[in-house]
Amino acid sequence: MQYCGDFRTTYEKDVKIFQTPFVKICMGFLGVALVALPFLVKGEYLWISMQIVIAVIGAVGLNILTGFTGQISLGQGAFLGVGAYTSAYITAKMGLPFWVGVPAAGCVTALAGMIFGIPSLRLKGLYLAIATLASQFILEWIFLRWEPVTGGSYGIVVPRPSIGGFVFDTDRSYYYVVLVIAAAMVLFATNLMRTRTGRAFMAVRDHYISAEIMGINLFKYRILSFAVSSFYAGVAGALYGHSLRYVSSEQFNIGVSIVYLAMIIIGGLGSIIGSIFGAVFMILLPQLLTVVTTQLGSSFPGIAEVAIALEQGIFGAIIIMFLIFEPDGLAHRWKMIKAYWKLYPFSY
Amino acid sequence: MPLLRIDDINLSFGGVKAINGVSINVGKGSIHAIIGPNGAGKTSIFNCISSVYKPQRGAVYFEDRKVTGMHPDRVTHLGIARTFQNIALFHHMTVLDNLMLGRHQFMKRGVLAGGIFLGPARTEEIENRKAVEDIIDFLEIENIRKKPVGTLAYGLRKRVELGRALALKPKLLLLDEPMAGMNLEEKEDMARFILDINEEWGVTILLIEHDLGVVMDISHRVSVLDFGVKISEGEPAEVANDPRVIKAYIGEDDDFLRDMEAR
Repeated sequence: MQYCGDFRTTYEKDVKIFQTPFVKICMGFLGVALVALPFLVKGEYLWISMQIVIAVIGAVGLNILTGFTGQISLGQGAFLGVGAYTSAYITAKMGLPFWVGVPAAGCVTALAGMIFGIPSLRLKGLYLAIATLASQFILEWIFLRWEPVTGGSYGIVVPRPSIGGFVFDTDRSYYYVVLVIAAAMVLFATNLMRTRTGRAFMAVRDHYISAEIMGINLFKYRILSFAVSSFYAGVAGALYGHSLRYVSSEQFNIGVSIVYLAMIIIGGLGSIIGSIFGAVFMILLPQLLTVVTTQLGSSFPGIAEVAIALEQGIFGAIIIMFLIFEPDGLAHRWKMIKAYWKLYPFSY
Repeated sequence: MPLLRIDDINLSFGGVKAINGVSINVGKGSIHAIIGPNGAGKTSIFNCISSVYKPQRGAVYFEDRKVTGMHPDRVTHLGIARTFQNIALFHHMTVLDNLMLGRHQFMKRGVLAGGIFLGPARTEEIENRKAVEDIIDFLEIENIRKKPVGTLAYGLRKRVELGRALALKPKLLLLDEPMAGMNLEEKEDMARFILDINEEWGVTILLIEHDLGVVMDISHRVSVLDFGVKISEGEPAEVANDPRVIKAYIGEDDDFLRDMEAR
């Protein structure tokens, strides 16, 4: 018998991530599209797609810390750097494979995150933001000065991964490595946030005193949040380093931290899908603007210079407009669209 | 042996003495009320019990174990749950998540199992969901279980907060003004829930409440505080007729009224 509507009669059905066949089909299409992407786009666009997928990992990580646990971090850029350098050292200097380097990068960064997260036990809000800003500067300084490990201002040249004899040398093959890791990590984060640990994070965010009285050890969960978040940053940083085949300190400056913060704010704080939207938005938009301005420039040679000069300004203006008209992030707009189509054509 | 023994506690903030040598014994299975004018130190006593504050002298014992000086989250593990005067729910989480959070101490799965989900974490979620659904059923909040708490009306939030405390399966439940700001119907509902929790679930209840009608109706024993000192204790009827209590609430000498009459 067919029922009209979405009925869940057991708790087993209620805990599924993809509730309806329609959602499963959509996810299937998305999967196919992501797999087929390297055959549809090439060159610079493939490179951009790869960077987006890497940024998704980093943005999800930052959202776990800032969006779900409510601890602002201005050190994401440096944590990406810790991951990149760890993996670079392990693969380039110790000669171990990529498959050891990336998990190790995650673990080392998690440890670094836990250490730099200790101030969070006393500091909240903007004060914590400044404390994490300090971690950004300390780590950047280490990247530059600890020459035996980081190569100082020369940086480190790192290899692409390989299995057996096959080297993931092209952007196309490396894209798949990144995609598989990112998909696994996004799924992991989604699950984590809807079970015990994730609920404890959100409780600490919403009302830490009452969370403590509900039996949550604040110390443990604040530090744990830094650890999980930094693990994601470390993996993202390592993948980024291997994609460029080169790691140096200026890739991980404060600007990167701010871009990541912008990703999760525009995408939606406390939302995994929002982190994905945010990463796509923040990386794709500047590229799109470049395409538009060069097109404009070639068809109207008179305004070419002006258009290119305005590019950064337009980018900023679009971000501001998003914050004004969509303060809850793209994830919220996504929810509204879904709700609208769920009941279409009846609006109530 | 009392379930909870508050033994001669003193608490001061700088020069202000919030609690001055208060001792209260709460018997197992009873509904015990603490009343008193504003600023009498009632909520401070709750904060001493859940170990948010540490009294300068004296201590609180639960089942003969000293809770003073423990971490607040450890106190909860002993079996003490509470609600707050100003609702302290997790506003961006759904009702269901708020209650599931109450089950935190009964769940064991960590980051790895939670992230993988399939297997142990899933089993644990479903088992605890059943326990939570019993509470949802009891409090009659089935229709709002997937709503974020921030969108709910005040009376419902109070009810959800009670549910979250119940999810901890406490032996002692501390209720800080459970009926403040409610209309008559909501108050009656709440009183019924409190009585049911006490009688059917066997939970000992210590409550602070300003609505004296309700207090006198439902509690077995009442302690009265005024300016950090316990001025009276006993059965509701005894306390209501105690001249010291009347004095604390209404005032002793009606100088003002006498002056008015003299004019």
